[in-house]
Amino acid sequence: MDRADLVVQRREGLYCPAGDFYIDPWQPVERAVITHAHADHSRRGHTRYLAAAPAEGVLRTRLGEIDLQTLEYGEAIDHFGVRLSFHPAGHVLGSAQVRLEQEGRVWVASGDYYVAGLHADTAEDNQTCAPFEPVRCHCFITESTFGLPIYRWQPQAELFADIDGWWRGNAETGRASLLMGYSFGKAQRILKGVDRTIGPIFVHGAVEPLNRAYRAAGVDLPETRMATEVKDKAEFRNALIVAPPSVQGSTWTRRFGDYSDAFASGWMQLRGARRRRAVDRGFVLSDHADWPGLQRAIAATGAERVIVTHGYEAVMVRWLGDQGLEAGSFQTEYGSDDDEDPPPAT
Amino acid sequence: MKRFAQLFAELDRSTATLAKVDALKRYFAVAAQRDAAWAVYFLAGGKPRQVVPSGVMWATACRAAGIDEWLFDACYQAVGDFSETVAHVLPPAAHESDLGLADWIEDRLLTLRGLSPEEQAARVASYWNELDSSCRFLLNKLIGGSFRVGVSKLLVQRALAEHAGIDAKLVAQRMMGYTDGRIAPTAERYTRLTTSIEAGVLDLGQPYPFFLAHQLDLPHAEFAAKLSAPEDWIVEWKYDGIRAQVVKRARQVWVWSRGEELVTERFPEIVAAVATLPDGTVLDGEIVVWKDGKVQPFALLQQRIGRKLLGKKVLADAPVGFIAYDVLELEGVDLREQPQVERRARLEALAAGHDAIHLSPVEVRHSWAELAELRHESRARGVEGFMLKHRQARYGTGRRKQDDLAAGTWWKWKIDPLSIDCVLVYAQAGHGRRASVYTDYTFAVWNRRPADAAEALAVVDHIARREPAVPESLQLVPFAKAYSGLTDEEFKVVDRIIRRDTLEKFGPVRSVKPSLVFELGFEGINRSTRHKSGIAVRFPRMLRIRDDKPLHEADTMAELEALLRLQHGSVAPAGKETAAAEAASGADG
Repeated sequence: MDRADLVVQRREGLYCPAGDFYIDPWQPVERAVITHAHADHSRRGHTRYLAAAPAEGVLRTRLGEIDLQTLEYGEAIDHFGVRLSFHPAGHVLGSAQVRLEQEGRVWVASGDYYVAGLHADTAEDNQTCAPFEPVRCHCFITESTFGLPIYRWQPQAELFADIDGWWRGNAETGRASLLMGYSFGKAQRILKGVDRTIGPIFVHGAVEPLNRAYRAAGVDLPETRMATEVKDKAEFRNALIVAPPSVQGSTWTRRFGDYSDAFASGWMQLRGARRRRAVDRGFVLSDHADWPGLQRAIAATGAERVIVTHGYEAVMVRWLGDQGLEAGSFQTEYGSDDDEDPPPAT
Repeated sequence: MKRFAQLFAELDRSTATLAKVDALKRYFAVAAQRDAAWAVYFLAGGKPRQVVPSGVMWATACRAAGIDEWLFDACYQAVGDFSETVAHVLPPAAHESDLGLADWIEDRLLTLRGLSPEEQAARVASYWNELDSSCRFLLNKLIGGSFRVGVSKLLVQRALAEHAGIDAKLVAQRMMGYTDGRIAPTAERYTRLTTSIEAGVLDLGQPYPFFLAHQLDLPHAEFAAKLSAPEDWIVEWKYDGIRAQVVKRARQVWVWSRGEELVTERFPEIVAAVATLPDGTVLDGEIVVWKDGKVQPFALLQQRIGRKLLGKKVLADAPVGFIAYDVLELEGVDLREQPQVERRARLEALAAGHDAIHLSPVEVRHSWAELAELRHESRARGVEGFMLKHRQARYGTGRRKQDDLAAGTWWKWKIDPLSIDCVLVYAQAGHGRRASVYTDYTFAVWNRRPADAAEALAVVDHIARREPAVPESLQLVPFAKAYSGLTDEEFKVVDRIIRRDTLEKFGPVRSVKPSLVFELGFEGINRSTRHKSGIAVRFPRMLRIRDDKPLHEADTMAELEALLRLQHGSVAPAGKETAAAEAASGADG
């Protein structure tokens, strides 16, 4: 190697030696470049933060007062000879890939991203944020949360028809529909995707602040009310309630009387995971790329070198090697706070 | 097939009995009779043998999905189920078939058997190409003979009965043997299950649905209050054998196992014994190995299980006998509505005249405490404890538990399991709902008592450095595997420790740095040449995690040897039973 790598792995996180900054570090550092506002990627305690402009609202909602500088998608800054820009990752509002360029070399760190299917189709884009944008590069650092061929997302129209069908069926028999999903990103995709004419929609207190941030960013979400504000329980009988997974089995759910519960996550693809969850329905809704999506995203970068992070690293590294690419992996500490990311058992 | 797949999905995701019965009734209302015939067969537990070898299925799946075997294997490890893995990795179907379940089974599935592997592969791949993901999953399950869904036979019978507007007990009796695989399900057989008029004489060898017993988990001090006085109960020793019903009609004998399998040919001794009974007799009881005038350990009976060809040696080594404990039919009359005590009297009278039938002995004591004391003889007698049957109870159907403990339930009052404290050394991810979670563990004991904590830790370090064990030195000897007994929460904790402390991966198996001590319970223990430790335990399960026990205090081979002696009735029980058993005996004494 005549030239040092643009990104290396350090105890504090992924590090750019040339620019002396970290990307999504898990220990407190001086300069942190943040790909998105999920808790495992944007931690407290860094001195200065840099993120994509659309992430500002959600970042401040979650982290409060921080020293934050933002860039519009595609806007570049130069720092110690490294040119840095953010590009949409399609994962959640404000999520970004980080493009680094130095002396003609381009590296892209994906953070978490959402791309579904082998062929581009705007109907399959995440409708609550800017869709994933492929960025040409020499080296691509990719996530691999769902890096196995068993993960293929069904068309969103089918998925939301299933969710609507479940909600409508419950509403017809006078039962509340409690749909659990991660409060940032997943909850808003549910709200955006369901048929808002079926009945009223209520949310948990953890969800509403993020709804406000999404609405402020111009995302059209249906009207939602806090479940705790409801006086007359009859209002729940045809309602959809969106809440984080932590409410399962808690006293918070008692207010709904007789209800059907469901869980939205990419892991619901597997029967075993559905049965472990012990809910009435599991809907396969993910904010991460499925297997064909990972293939497509990686191919679109044109990268000859790929570094795999959090998920099925070993499988992806071997598969990419079989495809003739130079593949390696970084051990990161992502995925520990986001309930979409239990570690695989291989 | 689609309709059946939809029914499967509804049954699979529901935990409410009522919702399941409703789903079944909706299916019966619309399904063609010959499709429903097969649906009932599968739902009630019928399993045709695997028609295509696993190897062929595996290779065909990799080819159809266009992925290498290692990648398919990685998928399988994550899913924990072959049929489901295939359903997920295949590309979408070219077109979807509208063929019904019966056509699929009779024309396409059963005809696969015996074809060349190439022909099987070609056909299976083309079938996959006309099914959606949920139907593919089902087809694979049916081909592999591993279809299972969360409905009991009783529930299927109930739904059929409600659908047809007849008594569920009648459906249950008509359904005996329906799933044993001797005759294929047909529209005609299905109609016979649900017809509202008495369909004339039943098949000659037809048994009655078994009445199943429940475990009694209650300190005996509460028996008097909750069960009533011992005088109201018939108390019998509980033998560890094969539950069976013997039928003698028209000078012919049938032997049915609890799995509703006709096992007549496997037990010629029983046939000879039952042949001496008058026609129109049906008895319920236990098949055991009977030698030297007494019951032998279950391990001997295992030599007879699954064996269809009986050589002279097996017949001499493990001769079986029938211990009768109930009479369901006498002189062609159904006695099941008679009280237990009446049936017992009729049974005793019958057995008095027929030496070939052994009678299950009854114990009479005036207090539950005396019976609890007597129960301590169980192991020495080679039995599992007591059965408690209310004197006034009728012979019910299936597994029916009632809130009122003193009502008609049969209770198993079993002795506490044998137990040993052992160390987790290997782990493997589970299947089904435990896929991707490490839930299947291998346990070891010390080959000798470690001198102190330091010596034990030195061995752990040695293992952690992956150095081969020094012969004759202190070592951990694996002796049992278990995968049940912990709560989901406990599994989560152990799973985390296993991931953290993994030493090596051998395919799906991980060796783990020894640190966790478990109390392992089991029903029996025997010598075995198949296991490295020389010991095999029966029904092992985890009783609890012994966080309080340091590694060097885990048990040794010597304690296992002591349990062996205890089990096989020799003197001086130097081994130990569970703390609960000790506490119980303390309270009694």
